[in-house]
Amino acid sequence: MQRALIAGVLVGFLASYYGVFVVQRGLSFLGSGLAHAAFGGVALGLLLNSEPLWIAVPFTTIIAIAIFWVKKRTNLGSDTAIGIFFSISMALGIIFLFLKTDYSSDAFTYLFGSIIAVTRTDIWSTVVITLITIIFIPLWKRWAYVSFDRELAETDHLPVDRDDYLLAILIAITIVVAIKVVGIVLIAAFLVIPAATARLVSSTFRQMTILSVIIGIFSALIGLIASYYLDVPSGATIILFQAILFFLGMLLKSLRFIIG
Amino acid sequence: MNKFIVEVEQAYVVFDSHQALIDINVQIPQNSFVAIVGPNGAGKSTFIKSLLGLVNLTSGTIKIDGRSPQEVSPGDIGYIPQVKTMDRTFPALAIELVITGLDYRWPWKRSHPNIDRAYEALQRVGAEHLANRQISKLSGGELQRVCLARTIAREPKLVMLDEPATGIDAIGETDMYNMLESYQTSSCATILMITHDWHAATHHADYVLLLNRKQISFGPPAEALSEDNLRLAFGHIGHSHRLKFLVK
Ligand SMILES: Nc1ncnc2c1ncn2[C@@H]1O[C@H](COP(=O)(O)OP(=O)(O)O)[C@@H](O)[C@H]1O
Ligand SMILES: [Mg+2]
Repeated sequence: MQRALIAGVLVGFLASYYGVFVVQRGLSFLGSGLAHAAFGGVALGLLLNSEPLWIAVPFTTIIAIAIFWVKKRTNLGSDTAIGIFFSISMALGIIFLFLKTDYSSDAFTYLFGSIIAVTRTDIWSTVVITLITIIFIPLWKRWAYVSFDRELAETDHLPVDRDDYLLAILIAITIVVAIKVVGIVLIAAFLVIPAATARLVSSTFRQMTILSVIIGIFSALIGLIASYYLDVPSGATIILFQAILFFLGMLLKSLRFIIG
Repeated sequence: MNKFIVEVEQAYVVFDSHQALIDINVQIPQNSFVAIVGPNGAGKSTFIKSLLGLVNLTSGTIKIDGRSPQEVSPGDIGYIPQVKTMDRTFPALAIELVITGLDYRWPWKRSHPNIDRAYEALQRVGAEHLANRQISKLSGGELQRVCLARTIAREPKLVMLDEPATGIDAIGETDMYNMLESYQTSSCATILMITHDWHAATHHADYVLLLNRKQISFGPPAEALSEDNLRLAFGHIGHSHRLKFLVK
């Protein structure tokens, strides 16, 4: 349980922090695309009988880079680029799992998340990516500026492409380390809901970021504890709790609108 | 100091197979007010974006103050994009937007070293009362003013505006021209402004660049906007639109 809580809090922080850029750039679909890419990586890891994390991280990172590259080099929208790679890696994942005959139990762990399955390796990799994220916190100012207006940032000579790739890679790794806690199926929601909730009630991007992170960590904690005592899957519990917060946020916003 | 702030020679821009700009040659003197006029799709925005270094020329050269668009210091250039293309859903206060003009980054805190200069810039455009308003709650004209403050805060030598009159009312438009002209006089800056409205161009500009993918004319408004030139610019595109329509 202790291990689960550490993983939950860190993953809650990571997803809700990167989520503000995902939501503000209209990249919600990226979360689901990369989660399914991660499925391909995990399946390959299972097939090769190695630690799925070591395969899924590079696999998903390469897909993330490919998505941004295709988007930049062609006039396809990001949803199309994501859709293409999403299906390729999903198809690969299905074939990998098919080739591995004794797949069922493991695959479910990854699809829906299983907090009991969180290993020491999972914790350490989550700690490492959290440290990297903290080191890169000064980049918030550039990522935020590009999220607001890419052209203005470009005319101010910011390295917008390099920053985009870095963000995509960090989001990809966050998704992979979040898999055990929330499961592939629900990761996109985990990225999007805290940030979307925060946006409802924030008047600055800084406020949105802080609030999103608070919601992310808090909901992961509450969700994990609740799922432990109710004996239901952790990922689903966290997401449902976040959804409740989202609708409370909507309610608050419309109340404020009515009152004044 | 260069006599010409902008020098464009034999500039071509080709997108895929579409020729957006064909053989543009202009020399824009310092401290002038230039209107860029032409029909929709004439390449006006593309022209400005190539000066900003956002679009690369397929061939030809551009010099801004003697340097290429990539080499020129961002502090010398002010760009005001079309207000309608801005992301109003971004949670931000007007003052934060102004600070980006000084900092080239999104501010984390408002108690920022540049905060006084940002307020001063808002004051210059008569918008200090908007400082702590959310950009989602500003009217088109108000946001335009805030963008103008963001731009003049850095005291650029060259200000470029893409259809600044679109989406604001007549009074707002007059105010904006007055503010632009006063900035031009006080700082010896050059203003480049895209407009649909050739009456506004005649009124405010020292020079007009009339574009329809090709450069139709460049010169003082009365010459550049002669009836023949206007027919060449706007008559032709009507014709080709009709053709495109028939093909579809
Ligand atoms: N990035 C781009 N890729 C492909 N075509 C473009 C791009 N930007 C502009 N165009 C095309 O170039 C032409 C000129 O566009 P633009 O400069 O925006 O015209 P204007 O601002 O005069 O209305 C249009 O036909 C437009 O579709
Ligand atoms: Mg345009």
